[in-house]
Amino acid sequence: MSSTALWIAIGATAVGCYLIKLLGLSVPSGVLERPMVRRLSALLPVALLAALTAQQTLSEGTRIVLDARAAGLAAAAVALLLRAPFLVVVAVAVLATAGARALL
Amino acid sequence: MAVPLPSGRPEETVTERRRADRAVVRDALGVGVAVGLSGFAFGVTAAGAGLSMLQSCALSLLVFTGASQFALVGAVAAGGTPLAAAAGALFLGVRNAFYGLRLSSLLQLPAPLRPLAAQWVIDETSVVTFAQRDRRRARIGFFVTGATLYVLWNLSTLLGVAGASALGDTAAWGLDAAGPAVFLALLAPMLRTGQERATAVLAVLLGLVLVPVLPGGVPVLIAALAAPVVLLCQRARTGGAPVAGSGANGAAVRPWTVEPDAADAADRAACGREEER
Repeated sequence: MSSTALWIAIGATAVGCYLIKLLGLSVPSGVLERPMVRRLSALLPVALLAALTAQQTLSEGTRIVLDARAAGLAAAAVALLLRAPFLVVVAVAVLATAGARALL
Repeated sequence: MAVPLPSGRPEETVTERRRADRAVVRDALGVGVAVGLSGFAFGVTAAGAGLSMLQSCALSLLVFTGASQFALVGAVAAGGTPLAAAAGALFLGVRNAFYGLRLSSLLQLPAPLRPLAAQWVIDETSVVTFAQRDRRRARIGFFVTGATLYVLWNLSTLLGVAGASALGDTAAWGLDAAGPAVFLALLAPMLRTGQERATAVLAVLLGLVLVPVLPGGVPVLIAALAAPVVLLCQRARTGGAPVAGSGANGAAVRPWTVEPDAADAADRAACGREEER
């Protein structure tokens, strides 16, 4: 992505994300409260986060690969099951990935 | 997180109130510091994806919602188009609108403050605010978490970008796992019902199967369709009965209920708001 294209992506994301936040604080409650809208808004991040986790762990460009990152994310999953705090979960993933990469 | 106080006491002594205020500040600082420091991982990831220092810092200052920032940078690293990259980041940011809805009734901010407070409407400030039992503490929680997190997230982003060149190959340090680990940590508390797990599994499959055949950033957008697909399937199965209100996610959250588990509060905030008004 060129620098200009990057700035366009950054600008669009910044403006869009801010307006989304402001919308929630500003609209009268009830507008976004229809059950289907609410369920969809709760499920949308689940779908996106799951897909992003899988992709950023198991893909390299347009290829599916199994490398040290998978070990790191497995370690993070264990940390989450043990109810570790956020920062610890991320640190465990980073350290386990570095460790696996050094060993492999 | 917040220690649940016995509720239903209309009068508090000054000492009690000060102690409770301090507890809110302590919780808010704890969340703000822990998550704020992970901006370092974002800075390193952004630099690794080829963003300049200015671009990385602009993202943390202006976008200021971690998952969207990691998503954008990930899409850039995968060679996605600007539109697909921004669309993925925006979809992830949609949940903030629903946090905002609930926050606005809890905080009751004066109109001139709303545009300023809006930038701090994110997972962590919402989690802390929803856990408080009255408006005063909700406001303290929101502003202390927001301010701590905003300052630290931006400082640590700067340090991360600066540190990336000193670290050399960031992959050797395992820092390429930070982004997905952040996503996983945000996702885990959301996987409470069969509906949510089914959505996650379908999204993972869609996301991975499409990686080799579609340009970067697009597979994630298509994987997002798992959400409406699962909703429609469930609706078809239950013969058109309303889906909302089923399962644990239908549980109503009263404005001042003390939440024993703040992650639950954030999760339910996005789903159940029956008794809001």
